[in-house]
Amino acid sequence: MEAFKKLKSVVIPIDRANVDTDAIIPKQFLKTIHRTGLGKSLFYDWRYLADGVTPNPDFVINQPRYKGGRILLSRENFGSGSSREHAPWALLDFGIKAIIAPSFADIFYNNCFKNGILPIRIERTIVDGLFKDVERTTGYQLEVDLESQSILLPDGKKLPFEIDSFLKKCLIEGLDDISLTLEKKALITSYENRRRKDAPWLFPDMTA
Amino acid sequence: MGRTLLEKIWDDHVVTESDGSTLLYIDRQLVHEVTSPQAFEGLKIAGRVVHRPTATLAVPDHNVPTTGRKKGIEDPISALQVETLSKNAREYAVPIFTMDDIRQGIVHVIAPEQGFTLPGMTIVCGDSHTATHGAFGALAFGVGTSEVEHVMATQTLIQKKPKSFLIKVNGHLPKGSTPKDLILYIIGQIGTDGGTGYVLEFSGDAVRGLSMEGRMTLCNMAIEAGARAGMIAADEVTFSYIKGRPMAPKGELWEKAVSSWKTLHSDPDAKFDRVLEIDASRIEPQITWGTNPGMVLPVTGSIPSPESFKDEVSKENTKNALKYMGLEPGTPLNGIPIDRVFIGSCTNGRIEDLRAAASVIKGRKVSSSVHAMVVPGSGLVSQQAEKEGLDKIFLDAGFEWREPGCSMCLGMNPDQLLPGERCASTSNRNFEGRQGKGGRTHLVSPEMAAAAAISGHFVDIRTWN
Repeated sequence: MEAFKKLKSVVIPIDRANVDTDAIIPKQFLKTIHRTGLGKSLFYDWRYLADGVTPNPDFVINQPRYKGGRILLSRENFGSGSSREHAPWALLDFGIKAIIAPSFADIFYNNCFKNGILPIRIERTIVDGLFKDVERTTGYQLEVDLESQSILLPDGKKLPFEIDSFLKKCLIEGLDDISLTLEKKALITSYENRRRKDAPWLFPDMTA
Repeated sequence: MGRTLLEKIWDDHVVTESDGSTLLYIDRQLVHEVTSPQAFEGLKIAGRVVHRPTATLAVPDHNVPTTGRKKGIEDPISALQVETLSKNAREYAVPIFTMDDIRQGIVHVIAPEQGFTLPGMTIVCGDSHTATHGAFGALAFGVGTSEVEHVMATQTLIQKKPKSFLIKVNGHLPKGSTPKDLILYIIGQIGTDGGTGYVLEFSGDAVRGLSMEGRMTLCNMAIEAGARAGMIAADEVTFSYIKGRPMAPKGELWEKAVSSWKTLHSDPDAKFDRVLEIDASRIEPQITWGTNPGMVLPVTGSIPSPESFKDEVSKENTKNALKYMGLEPGTPLNGIPIDRVFIGSCTNGRIEDLRAAASVIKGRKVSSSVHAMVVPGSGLVSQQAEKEGLDKIFLDAGFEWREPGCSMCLGMNPDQLLPGERCASTSNRNFEGRQGKGGRTHLVSPEMAAAAAISGHFVDIRTWN
């Protein structure tokens, strides 16, 4: 996984609440057996006209002023619905590395961290202000610094944000958590041996 | 200090703790074709194996066709994904119910059916509706593909303990109101993110009075309230459902298991982070009118006006939803004409759901303006329904009787709505495009869907004749 430390980028505003994972990447693109190549289908139903190929000029991602943006700004409950990790894969493949919203759905939030994407929870009233600033200023950029847990605004002000220390560490170091867990293999084995005695019906495959 | 059901199961599964995170042991993992290929690929690249292959169960469900299955899958991309699941299952020695196996079906229907799901377990699957299994007093939640791979490789997950939210449903559901109406009502009350960060525990007389099928419907949609898991403490109803199922413990082991399961309930003095009490007797049949499951009203209600909401975000949401749904404020829900009816899914595709729908339509005909179909949740549900003659009732009424799978709940297979088509659906999500691009979904109970199929429009099941 690619590490996340700092990111300065144009901000793309998706001004909707409850952006669900069906909207982020519709079901027809989930048939892939690979992680890559989903960026062109990101927000497919909103992004293209009825023919499925012509970009919808009304949708923000297609507007030149937001071209190359790597930070997404959205509303409450971003990433709700299905657990599909195809949603962060599509965002990442498109180039999105950070998402700012008042709240995120739990599974999507976790999935972001597995893919080097930083979801940032920011209070709703502040998000309201950011939407206004982005709208007003072409080329509006923010700089996210994970180490100091802050977002640098164009006027030099800093917006602090909260993040779990373990998730932060994994993202900054780009850690593969399966390797981390496998280092604890002995603990897992001893748990299994202990638990098997108390609840043998859970281990029909491991009877002594 | 007493513990909640969640705390008891959690404590039983802690392998170790560090950095404020828990390494949680996962007893069972369910695997389907859509969210697993990249996980198996990850194992292969890293040269890892599946830690406990038989604590894992694989089944194709999302992509499978519901007609002419014997001919195979027409769409080559879907076919490849389903074949990839079979190939991976073989390679990693994971048990699988393939498409031609009578035990195949929707992953959340087949696991309880087989006794794979048991009280006190931790269960995951790369699917948000894994919450369903919480109906057995298990901690069951959906995960992404990276976590699927993590569980395959280690039989554990790195987790933070969620908060607990008790929803106590007092009284009893009135005639005509079902577990589906109860959960839609709850989502309407707390919102689609009201359960974010929590595990919901459902309790109270109304919940105790439900069958296992009803409890599964309830827990299934916990995720639509934002909660990764819903749970209900196991009781005699649970035990008698499980007893004798193929993968359930037998003999002495069964007795031992049951006595352990009987301790798995929230203690009277357990402390929850949030509590909500609901009076079941006031719950009417529900219909969603918008583009998320929280946009729901009783059948006696009318389409709301965006102006009736206080804050700007809700106004905007409602405006967008009504535009997408093609509905005008003030229109009574009762009477809205529909084009399609879908009865099935991991929410309402079990035998009890089919019995309920069949009892409504028996001896009647589907409206000439409606295309209606029934997709049983599994091969065994289908077999049981056919034994009871339910298939005949549906076919005689003009419903299509299909082969099992996820089908039009998400339309990954050919079962989809056309743009603008309006559907009464027993599934769980009414998101834009969920059942097909431009399709308009109204979530309802099986009874309400069946009655709408006959009438050609929504009706109030309580007064409909």
